[in-house]
Amino acid sequence: MGILEGKRILVAGVTMDSSIGFATAKVAQEQGATVLISNFGRALGITRRIAKRLPVEPPVLELDVTDPEHLAGLEAQVREHVDGLDGVVHSIAYGNPETLLGGKFLDGPWEDVAQAVQVSAYSLKSLATATRPLLSSGSSVVGLTFDATVAWPAYDWMGVAKAGLESCSRYLARDLGPDGIRVNLVSAGPLKTLAAKAIPGFEKLEETWEARAPLGWDNTDQEPTAKAVCALLSDFFPATTGEIVHVDGGFHAMGA
Amino acid sequence: MPSTEEIRTDLAAIVNEVAGIPEADVQLDKSFVDDLDVDSLSMVEVVVAAEEKFGVTIPDDEVKNLKTVGDAVSFIEKAL
Repeated sequence: MGILEGKRILVAGVTMDSSIGFATAKVAQEQGATVLISNFGRALGITRRIAKRLPVEPPVLELDVTDPEHLAGLEAQVREHVDGLDGVVHSIAYGNPETLLGGKFLDGPWEDVAQAVQVSAYSLKSLATATRPLLSSGSSVVGLTFDATVAWPAYDWMGVAKAGLESCSRYLARDLGPDGIRVNLVSAGPLKTLAAKAIPGFEKLEETWEARAPLGWDNTDQEPTAKAVCALLSDFFPATTGEIVHVDGGFHAMGA
Repeated sequence: MPSTEEIRTDLAAIVNEVAGIPEADVQLDKSFVDDLDVDSLSMVEVVVAAEEKFGVTIPDDEVKNLKTVGDAVSFIEKAL
């Protein structure tokens, strides 16, 4: 019997089989969950093909978290497949790699920064409120961050957006806590996903990570991160909310 | 074992489905980016669809070497 037996989980943000969302959907299915996945725009075509590589092919929903109509229709879309949700995974971020990432911090234009914050941080609130009618006491919302307490090479404005996400998660924990809904984040080390490959210079981070993390770090293995997300979705963290769990080989705890 | 031409034909059908390029344009000497206007996101989908169609694995690090249709066809031939 798995730790997510009988749970219904929406994983928003699955593109490739290297996506953290894909690994999360896989582990969740292995742990007994019924899973729905979503993506938007042109990447939706990739998601529909990739969905077939999961142990059980899940329904693929179209959800652009910046589109008010999509958000308003999400509850009905989900109800076509399941009659409620026990967990929601937010695995969504975007920042224009041409203007916001890779060492051009001082020139990042506001329009692009605004988009990065909307897609990567505000969307956690949008997703939580859009799914709120489906969630009941004991359910769990989990997002993915990259440690935003310090500055990193190359990560630039996406780091600022992640700082917004981390704060957003705490405020959501405050406002959804009275309904028994938990909101937490997993702070993963660098992973070779489609998104990470779009960050110019991110590979330098990957090298230092493996050397400094006391447990070491395999940037091609999404499973440790996916397992932590599933643990937070499960009933094994019933009194934890507003938390950020590091899944980084211990990197964050080392001074050098 | 399918012939080079059979692989090209199947790949052309995929490129057509994903990116809307006429199948007849998908010839061995054509560059995905420069000649066919297949951008990086469409290329990801072409690769995923080709993996399914031909039952091969095309590693991410390999994709950047597949500049022309011919590069992709010969990679698939070797991987089969």
